[in-house]
Amino acid sequence: MTQRQVYPQILVKAEGLAIGHGETVLARNLSLSVGGGSGLLLRGPNGAGKSTLLLTLAGLLPALAGRVALEGSDAEDGPALHHCGHKNAVRPRLSVIETLAFWAALNGTTGLVPQAALERVGLGRMARLDAGYLSAGQQRRLVLARLLVSRRPVWLLDEPSAALDAQGHALLAALVDEHLAAGGLAIIATHDQTGFENLSTLTLDRAA
Amino acid sequence: MSGFLAVLRRDLRLALSGGGEMLTLVLFFIIVGAITPFAVGPDRALLARIAPGVIWIAAFLAMLLGLDRLLRPDRDDGTLALYRRADAPLAAVLFAKVIAHWLTSALPLILAAPFLALILGMDMEAFWRTLLSLLLGTPALAAFGTFGAAITVAVRRGGLLAPILIAPLCVPVLIFGVGAIAPLGGPDQASAALLLLAALSLMATALSPFAAALAIDWGEE
Repeated sequence: MTQRQVYPQILVKAEGLAIGHGETVLARNLSLSVGGGSGLLLRGPNGAGKSTLLLTLAGLLPALAGRVALEGSDAEDGPALHHCGHKNAVRPRLSVIETLAFWAALNGTTGLVPQAALERVGLGRMARLDAGYLSAGQQRRLVLARLLVSRRPVWLLDEPSAALDAQGHALLAALVDEHLAAGGLAIIATHDQTGFENLSTLTLDRAA
Repeated sequence: MSGFLAVLRRDLRLALSGGGEMLTLVLFFIIVGAITPFAVGPDRALLARIAPGVIWIAAFLAMLLGLDRLLRPDRDDGTLALYRRADAPLAAVLFAKVIAHWLTSALPLILAAPFLALILGMDMEAFWRTLLSLLLGTPALAAFGTFGAAITVAVRRGGLLAPILIAPLCVPVLIFGVGAIAPLGGPDQASAALLLLAALSLMATALSPFAAALAIDWGEE
């Protein structure tokens, strides 16, 4: 795991951002700037808008005001970010390795080969298993493998440690460390700080 | 390109291992045709005359039945969000969906059409023309269906909305599809109808992925 492919200089920047769904504004006047090699933890109570902020940064939801910019990424190369939401996108009836190979084909086979990625996240022996039989924690590990099979500099992770066991937590922290060391950046919404003590934090408060 | 093939392969794989969804469509298709003689009476001449229309109606209804499983499961499990941030453009993904939809819900019907032809007492000549018009016309139905599914995918309980929305779009397909089989004004018009049907399918298949991609991007507010 010593690939030191350094990502191009990249910067996720948001200015005067207001987020929400339609009429419901969850937070306004958010500004953030995260550069390559650094990470940001999003914290805040349930409903504060952590997931919505990640969706907005990923461009999956429109910003209600302000703007989001991904500086330093070449639009020709396709999307530069991974967004991992609450939903694992794991479908029963496809095997674990098929699911991962599908994601790799979809996002570009620029990283590890699927089997190696599965070994890395501790699912190496489950490759042939129907992905529908995976436990919630194992599905979460499979989602982490998705980050490894296609190299993209920006990781937007929504509760990545939900349902993960202690080893899973350590794995997640190690993966994020490696990613940052390679010049990538990560924005992580979480209630669980273990392993991320050295990342800066942005706290969202529930809008009054 | 690899993304396009991956989506196609995945959808076919899911449909083939899918616990008989395809079989349900085929049975529905045959049942619609099989109840027709009971409804209109056992008049062989009448049945043979309306058979092309019955087969087209049955195919149309059966294809509408499969619309809800086209994009909704992908939205529910989060795969649709992946598609929107994939290397492959969303339109390419949806083009794969159109093809997969045709292969899993139109092709089985075409293969089952001989049963209906038998039940309805069609002659061979009319049967071959029906097969040809189904082959040329169903891609348009698949394309319009994908478009309808994309518009309604963001709507909760929108499962019944898509068929209602796309029904007007599908009317020309039915008109020319049946027109190509049962010519009112001689064989010349039948071939003209066939050509129009092919044109309709080509145009719908080429344009619907882009329209569907726009609909999905706008629908997710």
